[in-house]
Amino acid sequence: MSQPSLRVPLALFAALALVPILRAAGVPIGGFVPLLLERVMVFALAAMSLDLILGVGGLISFGHAAPLAIGAYTVAALDHAGVTEAAIALPCALVASGIFAALTGAVALRTRGVNFIMITLAFAQMVYFAVSSLSDYGGDDGYTLYSRTTVFGRPWLEARSFYVTALVVLFLAWLLLRVITASRFGRALAAVRQNRVRVQALGLNAFAIELVAMVIAAMLCAVAGVLLANEAEFVSPAYGSWSHSGDLMVMVILGGIGSLHGAIIGALVVVLAEEGLGRLTSHWPLIYGPALVLAVLFLRRGLAGIGGSRG
Amino acid sequence: MAEPLLTVADLRKRYGALQVTDGVSLAVHPHEIHAVIGPNGAGKTTLIHQMFGSVRADSGQIRLDGHDITRLAPHRRARLGLARSFQITSVLPEFTVLDNVALAVQGALRSAFRFVRPARREAALNEPALVALARVGLHARAESLAGSLSHGEKRQLELAMALAAKPKVMLLDEPLAGAGPEEAARLIALLRELRTHCAIVLVEHDMDAVFQLADVISVLAQGRVIAWGPPAEIRRDPAVRAAYLGEDF
Amino acid sequence: MTLLVVQALNGFQLGMLLFLIAAGLTLVFGVMNFVNLAHGVQYMLGAYLGVMFARIAGGFWSGLILASLAAGAFGLVLERLIFRHLYARSELDQVLATFGVIITLNEGVRLVWGSAPLELPMPDALSHSFQLMDGLRYPVYRVALAVTGLVVAGLLALVVNGTRAGMLIRAGASNQEMVSALGVDIGRLFRMVFGVGAMLAGFAGVLAAPLVSVEPNMGDNLLILAFVVIVIGGTGSIRGAFLAALIVGLVDTLGRSMITDFAHAVLSGPASSRVGPALASMLIYLVMAAVLAVRPAGLFPLRS
Repeated sequence: MSQPSLRVPLALFAALALVPILRAAGVPIGGFVPLLLERVMVFALAAMSLDLILGVGGLISFGHAAPLAIGAYTVAALDHAGVTEAAIALPCALVASGIFAALTGAVALRTRGVNFIMITLAFAQMVYFAVSSLSDYGGDDGYTLYSRTTVFGRPWLEARSFYVTALVVLFLAWLLLRVITASRFGRALAAVRQNRVRVQALGLNAFAIELVAMVIAAMLCAVAGVLLANEAEFVSPAYGSWSHSGDLMVMVILGGIGSLHGAIIGALVVVLAEEGLGRLTSHWPLIYGPALVLAVLFLRRGLAGIGGSRG
Repeated sequence: MAEPLLTVADLRKRYGALQVTDGVSLAVHPHEIHAVIGPNGAGKTTLIHQMFGSVRADSGQIRLDGHDITRLAPHRRARLGLARSFQITSVLPEFTVLDNVALAVQGALRSAFRFVRPARREAALNEPALVALARVGLHARAESLAGSLSHGEKRQLELAMALAAKPKVMLLDEPLAGAGPEEAARLIALLRELRTHCAIVLVEHDMDAVFQLADVISVLAQGRVIAWGPPAEIRRDPAVRAAYLGEDF
Repeated sequence: MTLLVVQALNGFQLGMLLFLIAAGLTLVFGVMNFVNLAHGVQYMLGAYLGVMFARIAGGFWSGLILASLAAGAFGLVLERLIFRHLYARSELDQVLATFGVIITLNEGVRLVWGSAPLELPMPDALSHSFQLMDGLRYPVYRVALAVTGLVVAGLLALVVNGTRAGMLIRAGASNQEMVSALGVDIGRLFRMVFGVGAMLAGFAGVLAAPLVSVEPNMGDNLLILAFVVIVIGGTGSIRGAFLAALIVGLVDTLGRSMITDFAHAVLSGPASSRVGPALASMLIYLVMAAVLAVRPAGLFPLRS
C-alpha cells in the first residue's frame, strides 16, 4: 500500500516530454523516434490498465487485448458511419468495453486459478473472431480509417499533435490509477490479492471489488485502443489476438508488477526489442521467446526482479 | 436468561461417507465465552466454517441476532456482526499492521467503493483501528509490516482486526495454537477483556485456557454434541471422559 | 437436410480432434496443477513432423507413428528442460514461460519449414469417398478420423478407470497430497501424463494435417478451443473433456451453418449477412459462458 517513490515515474514522463519541448524550442525531431515513442505510450497505457488487475488485484487475465480491440473497433465502426469525433467515440468505447468486462468478468470471476486464465483468454478470442468476421470493417484484413478522430473538432490526434495528446492521456491515466490504488477501493483490491477469504471475512465483497477493477481496467484499455487506431490509422483483428494479451502481460512484469509506471518501462523495452530485433532478423521471436523463458526460469523473483519489486 | 445471540439448530454436514456434523445444536448468549472442544477429528473446525459460511451446511439452521444466516455468504454474515479469526493466522502480510486493522474498519463500514480519498490518511478509518490496536497491546507496531510480526503478534493482530469490526459474535479457531506459556497467558487476559465487547465462540485445544475462560462448554465427538454445560459439570461428565480417553484431559 | 448431416458429421469429427488435444491437457491442468499454454504447439509440431516423416519414410502411416512418438518425446524434453522447474512456481510464471515456449516454437517451425503452408497427402486407402445417402458422398478419411478419436477415448477411459496408473491419475486430480502420501513417485506420474498428453496432441496434429494446411500458429486457435472444452467439461475430467469436445465441435460447426440462416430469417438481407458470421464465431464462447453461469466448475467438476 505504501505509494511507490515518485522519482522514477516523474523522470519517465519528463523524458517523454522532451520530444515536444525540444520541438517547441525549434529543434527538429522528426521521423523514427517520436513515432516509436507514440507506440510505446499507447501500449504503456494498455499495460498500465492491466497492471491494476494483474499487479494490484493479482488477477491473471490473459484477455486484456480484448478491450484494446474493442476500443480500436469502436473508432473503425464510427469512422465507417462517418463519425470521427472523440466526444462520441470515446464514450462509446468506454461503454462497450465496460459492458464487455462486466459480463465476461462476472463469468470468469466465478472461477480461480487456471480456469480464470483460460476463460479470460477464451473471451478475448471470441472478440478476435467476432471482429475478424465483420466484413464491413475488412474482416481478417482490417480496416483503414478515412480520417483520424477529432477532439471537439480539434485535430489533436493528427500526426502533429498525437504525441502530446498521448502523453497527456497517459499521464492522466497514471494519476487516476495512482489515486484509485491509494483509495479505500485500491486498498481493498490489494487485500483481495493477498488473501481473498480474509477480505470476505471482514465483510467486503471480494467478487464485486474484483469485477469493478476489471471494468475500470478494460475501460482504460479501450482508451488505448482508440489511440492505437488513430496512431496506425488502421484497425486489425490482430489487436485482439492472444499474443497481444501475452505481450501486455510481459510489459507489466518487465517494468515491475504493481508499480503502474513500470508499464511504461515494459512497453518501451518490448516495443524497442520488437523493432530492434525485427531489423536484425525476421526471426526475432526466436530471441524474444527463449529470452522470456530464460528470464522466468533464472531470475529468482521471476521477471519482476529485473524491474524492481512491487511498491 | 437473555435471548441467545447466536443459535445453531440441528446442523448437518456430510463429506462423502463421513458425517462430519451430525445434528449439532448450541446457543451463544451475549458476552458469553462458549468453548467448543473435542478430540481431533470431532468436526470442530468444520463447525466453525459452517457458522461462518465458508462451508455450506447440508441442513439445519444458524441464526444470528434474529436473522437466519444459514444460506448467507461469508461477507453478508460479517456485515450482520460475525467476526472470525483463522486457525492459520491470515493477516495481510504486505500491509502494515495499521492498514490491516483499518481494512477491518472499512469492512465494518462496508466501504470498498470509494475511489478518490487516500485511505491511509483517513482518520475515520485509522482512529478506530488505533483504538483496537491499543486494546490488544499492539499499537507500538502500527507501522510495521504485518508479515514481519512474530507468531504471537500476528495472533494479537487477528484479534484487533476482529475487534475493529465491532462484532456481536467472534468465532476464534485455536487462538492459542503455537503460543508459548507467557504469550498464552497474555492472550487469555486479552480474551477475557474482549468478552466485555462481544460474545465469543472458542475452539481451543489448550484445556487449561478453556476451563479458565469458558462460561459454557460444548463437547463435540464424531460430529455430535455429547455434552454441554458450565466447566465444572463438563469436567465431571463421564461421557466426556470416555471420549477423551487417552488424551490429555 | 443433407447439409445438416454433413455438418453434424464434420462437427463430430472436429469434436474428436478437440478431444485428442484436450484429453492430455485437462490432465496436465487437473493432476499437475500446471498452467501449460504450450500444448497447441505440440499439435502443430505433430503436423509438421508428420509431413516430414511421411516424406522421409515414404508414407502417411509411418509418418503418423513416427511423428506421434517424436512429439511425445519432444514434450518430455520440454518437461525435463523447462516445465519441471516451474511446478512450484506461481501461475503467472507458468503462463509467461509457456507463452515464451509458444513464441519460440511458432517461429522455430517457420525457420525450419518456412512460412508457406505444407500439405500431407491422405493415405491412399482412405482417400476416396463413399455414398452416405442419396446424393451425398462423404470422405472416408473424415470418418476414419472420427472413429480414431472414439477408439482413443475408449482406450483412455479404460486406462483411467481400470489401471493402477489411472487410479493414481484420478486420485492426483482430486487430491495431490494424498497421492504423494501413498509413496507414489509424483514426478514419474507427471512425466507419464505429460508425455502421453504431448503424444496425443501430436497424433491429432498428424491426423488433421491432410484436412488443413500445415502452417505456423496452426495450434493457437485449436489450443483455445481446447481450453473452452476443458473449462466446459471440468478441469481434470476425461469424461468431461469428451462430452464438452462433442458439444463444442457440434455447436461450432452446426452453428456456423444454422445461425446464418437464422439471421436471414430474423433480420433483413444485408444486416443478416453481417451479423450472422460474427454471431456464429461467438457461439461456443457463449455456450461456455452459459455452462459456467450454471456450473462454475464445469460439467464434471473433480474438486469441490
